[in-house]
Amino acid sequence: MDYFLVVLFQIAGTVGNLALISVGLAVIFGMMRVINLAHGEFIMLGGFAAIFGVQAGINIWIAMLVVAPLSVAFLGIVVERLIMRRLYGRMVDTMLASWGLSLLLIGLATTFFGNRVVGIAAPVGSFQIGTYSLGAYDFVLTGIALAVFSSGYALLRFTPAGLIARATMQNREMASSLGIEPARVYAITFAIGAGLSGLAGGLLAPISGVLPTMGVAYVAKAFITVITGGASVITGTALSSVLLGSINTVSTFLTTPVIGDVALLLAATIFLRILPTGITGRIFKGAP
Amino acid sequence: MSELLSVKNLQSGYGRIPILFGIDLSIAKGEFVGVLGHNGMGKSTLLRTLMGHIPATVGTIAFAGTDVTRASPAARARAGIGYVPQGRQIFPALSVMDNLRVGAACTGRQQTIIIERVIEEFPRLKPILTRAGGVLSGGEQQILALARCLCAEPQLVLLDEPTDGIQPSIIEEMKDTLKSLARARNLSILLVEQNLEFISDLATRVLAIKRGQLSGEIDPTKLHEADLAGDIRPA
Repeated sequence: MDYFLVVLFQIAGTVGNLALISVGLAVIFGMMRVINLAHGEFIMLGGFAAIFGVQAGINIWIAMLVVAPLSVAFLGIVVERLIMRRLYGRMVDTMLASWGLSLLLIGLATTFFGNRVVGIAAPVGSFQIGTYSLGAYDFVLTGIALAVFSSGYALLRFTPAGLIARATMQNREMASSLGIEPARVYAITFAIGAGLSGLAGGLLAPISGVLPTMGVAYVAKAFITVITGGASVITGTALSSVLLGSINTVSTFLTTPVIGDVALLLAATIFLRILPTGITGRIFKGAP
Repeated sequence: MSELLSVKNLQSGYGRIPILFGIDLSIAKGEFVGVLGHNGMGKSTLLRTLMGHIPATVGTIAFAGTDVTRASPAARARAGIGYVPQGRQIFPALSVMDNLRVGAACTGRQQTIIIERVIEEFPRLKPILTRAGGVLSGGEQQILALARCLCAEPQLVLLDEPTDGIQPSIIEEMKDTLKSLARARNLSILLVEQNLEFISDLATRVLAIKRGQLSGEIDPTKLHEADLAGDIRPA
C-alpha cells in the first residue's frame, strides 16, 4: 500500500513537472505557431533570475513566483518586438531565429554566469509514507501547475481578453477588421508564454539546479507534450502531461529512469500515429 | 445626405502588381452603393484597400471627415468601418455567441445589449448560439459574418460577394434583412457582387468596375441591359 501511494505521489510530481515545463511553449507554439527553440533557455533564465533574486535577499517564494516570470516576460517582450514580430506566419523562420537566440542566450549565460551548476535549497522539506521519504516540494510544483492551468483555462475560456486572444490566433486579419490590434495581442501572448517558461525555470531551480545549457534537457520533452496535446493549448497540454507523465513514472519505477524517458517518447510517437492532430484533435475539441 | 466615405485617386495592388487605378468614390450616410464587376476586376481589392488590409500606394481615403489612408484596419474598424469578407472568415473554433462577442469586443459599450439587438435582427442565429462557427452551413456562416460585423456598430459596411456559394432561399432572406437593416440603422453599405439581381434589388446606385477602374454609374433598373451591352463584364 505504501509503495502504491509513493508511486501515485511520484506520478503527480512528474505530471506537475512536465506540465510546468510545457505550458510556456504551449502558449507560444500552440497559440501563435511560433517554433520557439529558445524555450529551454527561457526556462534557464527563469532559474537564474530566481537564484539571483534569492542571493539578493528576496524571499525565495517571491523570487520563484514573481521575479523569475517577470524577468523572462520582459525578455519575451524584447524578443517579440525585435525578432518574432517580423516572422509570424513563417514557422521555419521562427524556428531558425529562435535557434539562433537559443545559442546566443547560452553563450551569454555561460560568459556572465559561468559554466557550472548553481542552485538554491528547496523551501519545503520532506514527509514520510511508511518507510519511504518523499520531497514535499514535488507536490508544491504539482499544486502550482494545477493553479497555472486552471487560471489559464479560466482566462482563455471566460474572459474578454481570452476570447480576443483566441479569435486573433484563429484569424488575425478578421480580428483586426473588428477593431482588435493583433500586434498588441501577439506581443502580450508571447510575453505571457515567456513568463510562464520563466516561472517553470524559477520553480525547477531548487530541484534541478541551473546551468546555462540546461534548456536542452527540457525543450524536447516540452515540444512532445504540447504536440501530443493537440490544438487546445491548456486542455491538451494538461491531458498529455497526465498521460505522458504517468507512463514515464510507471516505466521508471518498473525499470530505470532512462527506460522511463524512452517509454515517454515511444508513447508520444504511438499517440501521434493514432491521433495525428493530438489528443484534443479527437476529444475536447474546441476547448481552450 | 452628408458624405461618409470619400475616396480620391486611389491606387493599390499586391506587391509590385497594381490592381486599382485612380478610384474616385463617394458614399453618403445611409446610402446603399453596389459595385459590379467580373472576377479579377478588383472588386475585393477595392474593399480590402478601403479596410486597410492592402495599403494604398496613391490617393486618399477619408471616413467621416478624417483621413484614414494610413490607419490600421483595427483603427478603421473602431472608427466605424465594418467588413464582411468574401468567404465569411468566421472564427471556426469559437461558438456563434463568441463570434458575436468578438465583434462587440472593441465597441466600449455593454456587449449584452449590442448582441441582444443583433440576435433580434437575425433570429436564425438564436437556436445555434452554442454551435461552433466552423460547423455551420455556408448560409448560416454568411448571416453570422454580417451579424458579427454589426456587433461592432459600424456606420459603413463593406460587403464582399455575400451571395457567393449561398443557397437561393438564404439569398432572399439576406436581401430582406439587408434592406431592413440599412433602414433601421441608417447604415451606409458598399456591396461588391456579381449577382445582378441581388445588387439591383438593393443598391440605390450601381458602379461598374473594369480592370481596376470604376467605369461609370449604371441605373440599377437597367443592369441586365448594361450587362448585355458589355458595360459590366468585358466581352
